[in-house]
Formats: sequence, structure tokens, C-alpha cells
Amino acid sequence: MSLAWLGILPFLLFSLLFLILPTMKIVVGSFQDSTGAFTLSNIVNLFQPSILAAYWISIRISLASAFLGCLIGFLVTWAFVLGGLPGWIRSPLLTFSGVASNFAGVPLAFAFLATFGRVGLVTLILRDWFGINIYALGFNLLSFGGLTLTYLFFQVPLAILIMTPALDGMRREWREAAAILGASGVQYWRMVAFPILWPSLLGTFALLFANSFGAVATAYALTGSSLSIVPILLFAQIRGDVLQDPHLGYALAFGMIVVTGIANGIYIWLRARSERWIK
Amino acid sequence: MAFLELRDLQKDFGSVRVVRDFNLSVQPGEFVSFLGPSGCGKTTVLRMVAGFEEPTAGSITIGGRDVTHLRPNQRDIGMVFQAYALFPNMTVAQNVAFGLKVARVPKAEIDERVAEMLKLIKLPELADRYPYQLSGGQQQRVALARALAPRPKLLLLDEPLSALDAKVRVALREEIRQIQRDLGITTIFVTHDQEEALSMSDRIAVMHGGRADQIGSPFEIYNHPKTRFVASFVGTLNILKGSVTDPQTGTIDIDGNVIRLGRALAGKQLGEPIAIALRPEAASIANGDGREPLARGRITDVNFLGSVIRIRVELGENSISFDRFNSPNSPPPAQGEPCGVSFAVEDVLVLDD
Amino acid sequence: MKTNRIWSWLFVALAVLYFVLPLIGTLEFSMKMRRGTYSFDAYAAVLSDPRFQQTFTFSVLMALATIVVGVLLVVPTAYWVRLKLPQWRPFVEFITLLPLVIPPIVIVFGYIRLYNTSSWLPLTGSAMGTNILLMFGYVVLALPFMYRAVDTGLRAIDVRTMTEAAQSLGAGWVTILARIILPNVAVAVLSGAFLTFAIVIGEFVMAALLSRPAFGPYMQLLGANRAYEPAALAVIAFGITWLCMGLIQLVSRFSRIPNAGH
Repeated sequence: MSLAWLGILPFLLFSLLFLILPTMKIVVGSFQDSTGAFTLSNIVNLFQPSILAAYWISIRISLASAFLGCLIGFLVTWAFVLGGLPGWIRSPLLTFSGVASNFAGVPLAFAFLATFGRVGLVTLILRDWFGINIYALGFNLLSFGGLTLTYLFFQVPLAILIMTPALDGMRREWREAAAILGASGVQYWRMVAFPILWPSLLGTFALLFANSFGAVATAYALTGSSLSIVPILLFAQIRGDVLQDPHLGYALAFGMIVVTGIANGIYIWLRARSERWIK
Repeated sequence: MAFLELRDLQKDFGSVRVVRDFNLSVQPGEFVSFLGPSGCGKTTVLRMVAGFEEPTAGSITIGGRDVTHLRPNQRDIGMVFQAYALFPNMTVAQNVAFGLKVARVPKAEIDERVAEMLKLIKLPELADRYPYQLSGGQQQRVALARALAPRPKLLLLDEPLSALDAKVRVALREEIRQIQRDLGITTIFVTHDQEEALSMSDRIAVMHGGRADQIGSPFEIYNHPKTRFVASFVGTLNILKGSVTDPQTGTIDIDGNVIRLGRALAGKQLGEPIAIALRPEAASIANGDGREPLARGRITDVNFLGSVIRIRVELGENSISFDRFNSPNSPPPAQGEPCGVSFAVEDVLVLDD
Repeated sequence: MKTNRIWSWLFVALAVLYFVLPLIGTLEFSMKMRRGTYSFDAYAAVLSDPRFQQTFTFSVLMALATIVVGVLLVVPTAYWVRLKLPQWRPFVEFITLLPLVIPPIVIVFGYIRLYNTSSWLPLTGSAMGTNILLMFGYVVLALPFMYRAVDTGLRAIDVRTMTEAAQSLGAGWVTILARIILPNVAVAVLSGAFLTFAIVIGEFVMAALLSRPAFGPYMQLLGANRAYEPAALAVIAFGITWLCMGLIQLVSRFSRIPNAGH
């Protein structure tokens, strides 16, 4: 074999040192105890109530924001790809989605605090103009619901970005062929369009799930450490060993990798499947 | 009584008139082609018949029923698209069954009809394959079976062979014509390929700039083209330019050759320029076998194409190209030789624009 | 089809409302610092805060360093893979997608455990070392976007023929990369660069856990202690991100060669 691979040696070295080895260190470390011997006890310790609760909250938030993100994202994408809107709307929407999908983090948390917080703009408008006090009705930005609402700000654009190519691939002729064979709009969607699209939809869901599961900054800036989702727990653990067991931190991180890894794996598998049909 | 009536059809896209004054009556069981270059409006007319475009003016009647404002799924029409448009998530059998399933035909009957259709297109063994596993020709045949399964009253084909290889195209067009004859279904076929139109159709509508230049049988269209466009679009044509010597007797001068057409040239005056057209097969070399050459020139090109020899003769400003069958016993003429060309004056088309 | 259009407009309008309200809300809130009237007091307070200036400068420098290192790493690699090692392409692409799968918090956790003062590469032992570590972390974060942008840019030009032409004219590898490849993927590189800038400026997790004085942790700290300044900061951050994206659009439109953008 030639020495051509030397050309990408810097890249390989970089990936090894700063991506692969650190990750492997975590993975391996989660199976080690303080003497360095192999053990499964860290993983077992993950199954204590407080940590399980953290995983469960994380999963619920991720499921909620992924589902809503997919639904809303699909409706919006359908609207500008297939819904008969003028062509000039597409480019700004896609650009905005590109911006907004990266817009997680501290500023997003501030923005939602300023809008839906106790003295936020929308809260005040709803109270003063419409007489609806959402906080009295039980809404709280610093909660499960509030975090999901905030997460949608980057989940929906991400969904739009991923689903646009899929909806672009819906050929006009399929709709027309179905119509001329007697199908109504509903029948077309039920028998042709959704079956073709469901791998993309499910794949988008998986990706959105992974995206939400790993998000730290937004949650931290919004809820501090009060909402115990897994990334926050890990953050606190790294900062100050709040769990009194360094190796548990490894296991926590390993658990995160497993969840996001599986979700991404599902996404990739589904994407390959849908691409096979739509050549 | 005509089965399909298109009356005064017109379609505007914004300020652009894409189809104008289109009139056509199609008899039951007839195979009519719309032939023309891209942009001539042929597909637009087809899509209006299908219901995907709303005519700006005019009416469409199928079997006595005015369908002009009906939705596509209410018109009982079958359609085959250029891009096959098979549903990728369904097998061949499921695709063919689709129209029947939508119409809530009982399952046993669906299975029977699907089997019948697959036999018709000679692909029964592919029933459980998916479209991505089929070749282009196979996909198009399945598309045809799918369109015909619900036994529609009218069949529309939108350039169905354009996306296929040349050999597949020729085989498939014969199959389509055969199936159409067997079923006796009224058919409209859109194409830009004149060979397809000529070989398949009962009648051809040659379209140009949104309007039908001529509607007639292939024989008529080819041998008696009404306009210069039809003459030059269908088949090849030699166009010769000269001037009028005597409009009464129809005598003209082409590069110094005097040709008596034997018919009066209406509206032409002495000395006016004139253009005539001649099909290649109408001309031949006059080499002293009794026929007097009507024009003389010099051979500039001899192309040996196997069974046919293509010869180009330059008369002066004009040149004529024509074919001669290869004959094993007589060698082709040599380049540069002087040559006489003869043809029957009845075969000459006078072009009026 | 007409009813479809009404629904379409409705969905888009609702979506736009959802996305625009927080932006307006933030802006409005940020201007309420002076009681009773709208003012830019919050912005004045923020911009004159020495910690803002320090951390913002720090992050900007980090971003620039990340971009430079990123370009130096990605462009030759993408070029080489395309030219000489096409069979490695799936493998390399897989690696560039890993940062999207592995949460950044896990990666920085790995850094802390791997490169602390008792390891073979004690980067966290010094401020400069930690800065370098953070920068490499940022390069990892930006890697998927940078690589995809450059790869798409390379796909649009015929890399093999250009290289052979250059070689036949006597150019060496560095010359080819610097004077032929790079200018032709400049638009793609710029897109990747602007995106990297936006990512680095707002980044929180890595900087916080490595205890570096970056803009992200500063914003979070201010948010925990003050009311109006964080909103002003958010508006500034939005503005910068929008600027970057706008520049990407601008740059894409001026390119003669069709390229990625997104």
C-alpha cells in the first residue's frame, strides 16, 4: 500500500487526540473502579433512583421536544415546499433555520426568560391585554414544559433543514398519477406520501431526540441546577463531584453516549432506507 | 359521434398564450398523436384533458360528458407519465392495483385484474418487485398496466418513451400500439419524435406556437404538409430557392435550371423569389435512362451508409440531398462528377411563407 | 389547492410568530433598564464592563484561532481524500460526524480526565495549555460543518484535473494547495468560517468546565446575577449570529462556482 495515507496524518492524529481518545477514556473509565480494575459496578450504580429520575426527565423532554419539533417542522416545511407558497419564501426560511438551529445556549435561555418569564413580554401582554395569567394557570418557564418550549426554538429549524430535502424529493408526478387513478388528497397522503416519507420523519425524530438529550447550556442557563436532567447532573459532577463517586460520572457520560449513539444510528439507518426508494 | 371533443381550447399563463384555438375531435378507439418541438403546447393540451391545468377558454367533452371543470380524479382517464411515476413504496402488483383499490373494487376482482394486466404487458413474474429493481422499460410497462387496470375510457401518454434507450423505445412503441388496438381504447400520445408519431398514429396533430398547424393522417402530414413548419418538422426536406419566371404556367428558375411545375402560382409575380421543397426520396439521379434531368449540378458529397447511399448535389446556390439504395452491382457515383437530378414536378411542394 | 394555500400561510405565520416573539421580547426587555422609559442603559452597562471586553476579546481570538487551525486541518485533508484516498472517504466522513453524536460535555469531560496535570500531556496545567486544549475542542465542534462545507466546495471543481495540470506546470503540493485549491474553495471555507465563529462565540459547556474566561460563561454568570444586562447580551449575541449568517449568504451569492452554504 502506498504512503498516501500520510497525507491525512495530521487529521488522524487530531481526531485521535482530541476526539477519539477522550471519548474512549470515558467509555473505558466507566467500566473501571478506583484501582483501575474492570468492573460493572459503575453501570449498576446508574440505576439508583435519583439518576434514573434524571435519565427519565431527559428522555421525556427529548421525546416531547423531538415529537413537537417534528410535527411543527413538518407542517412548516410542507407549507413552503408543497403547500403552494410563493418561491421567495423558501430561501429566507432556510437561512433562518440554519441560524436558529445553532442558536441553542445561553442567549436562547435569556431570550425566553425575557419573553415567557414572570415579567416577560408575552406573559405581560397576555395578562394586561387578554386577562390571562399563565403563571396562575400553572405555566412555569423553569420547568419541564418551559424547557421543552425553549428547546423547540432550535429543534423546529433543525427539523425543517432535514425534512426539506425529503419533501423536495416528493415528485409531482406521484400526486398527479394518484389523482388520475381516482385518489382524493387524503387517500394520496395515506397510501403514497406518508409511506414514502415515514423513514425521513422517524429519522428526523431520532436526530432531534439525540440533539435534545445532549443539550446542556440552554438548560443550565434557564434552570440552573434545579431541573435535574442528565447533562446538568454530569455538569455538576464534573465541576464538583456532587455524586461523591468520580467513576459514576464516567458511567453517566457513557450512558449519554449510548443514548445519543443509538438515536443517531437509527437516524442513519432510516436515511439510507429512504434514499434507496427515492433515487 | 366523436368520443373526445376539444373545442376552442385556450390556455394563458399570465400574459403568455401557450395554447390557442385548439380544436380536435377524436373517434372512439382512435390513436392520435400530438407532435411538435418543446414549448409548442402539446403537453399543456394533454394536461388540460387530464385536468391538471384549467383551460382559460374552451371546452373538453369525453363521451358526451363535459369534463372541463372536473377534478382529475373524477374524469375516468388513464395516464402514463414521462418519468414513469410508479409509487416507490409499493410493489408492481400493488402499483397496478392502486386505481382499483381506490375505487373499492373487491379484493378477488382486484387480484384477477392485476394478473390480467401483468399478462398483457408480459411481466407476470415481476409482480412482487419494487420499482427501483426494474429497468426503465419495465417501469414504463408497469405504468401502462397501472393506467389501464381501472378500464378508463381514455388513455393519455405524455412522452412515455423519451426517457428510454433507443432500442427499448422502438420495441415498446410497437407493444403500446398493439395493446391499444387490442383494447380499442381511445388514446392521445404526446411526443417530439416524428418517427414515433408517424409509425404509431391514426392521426397526428402537428403543433407549433400553441396552435395545431395541421391535423391529419401520417400519410397526409408527410406528403401534403400544409405549412412550411409541418413540412420541415416532419421528415427531412430539401428547400430550394429561386425566382418565378412565369406565374401562369408555373415556370420557375432554380440556379439557372428552368422547371415547369405545370400549375399556376397564385399570388406570385414575375421575378418574385420563391421557395420550393422536395423530399429526398422524390429525387433521383438522371443518368440517361429515359428521364430528362430537371436540374444539373455537381456531386459534392457521397456518404455510404450501408443499405443506402446519401448523395448531395450542388446546383449553384442550392443543393439537394437524396438517398439511393445501395446496389451491389453498381458502384456509387464519385465526388466531383457532374450530375443530373430528376424528380416528378407533382412531388414539388411550393412553400408559401 | 386554494384551501391548501390558506393552511400553508397559517402554519408559516404561526411559526414566524413563535420565532419572532422571543427576539422582540428580548429586545424590549433589554431596553427597560431605566425605569419608566426605553433606553439603551443595559447596553451601555454591558459594553463598559471590563469583564465583557475581556471575555468577548478572548472568545473572538479563540474563534479566529479555531478558524485558522480548522482550515489548515480540513482543507488539505478533504483535498487529499478526494484526490488520493477515495476509499477512505466513508471513514473520514464518519469521524467528522462523531462530534454531532458525542455530546460536547462528554468530550470535554474526556479532556479533563486525559490531559490533566498527572497525565502524559498536562495541558490543563497552565493557562496557555488549557487555552490550546479549548481551541482544539472548538475545532472538534466545528469539524462537521467545516468539513462538509469544504467537501462540497471541492466537489464542484475537478480536483484531479486541476492538480495534474498544476503538476505538469511544475507546482509542488504546498503551491497547489495554497494557490489553486484554497482560492477555489474560498467561498466554502468562508461559509464554514462564519459558522465556526458563531458557534465559538456562544459556546458555554467546554469553556465553563475548563474554567476559561470566555464569552459564554460570562453571559451565564451575568444571567445569574443581573436582570436587564443578560437580555442586552442576548441581543448582541443574536446580532452577531445573524451577521455571520448574513455574510454566508452574501458570500454564497457572489460565488461563481455553485457551492454548499448549508
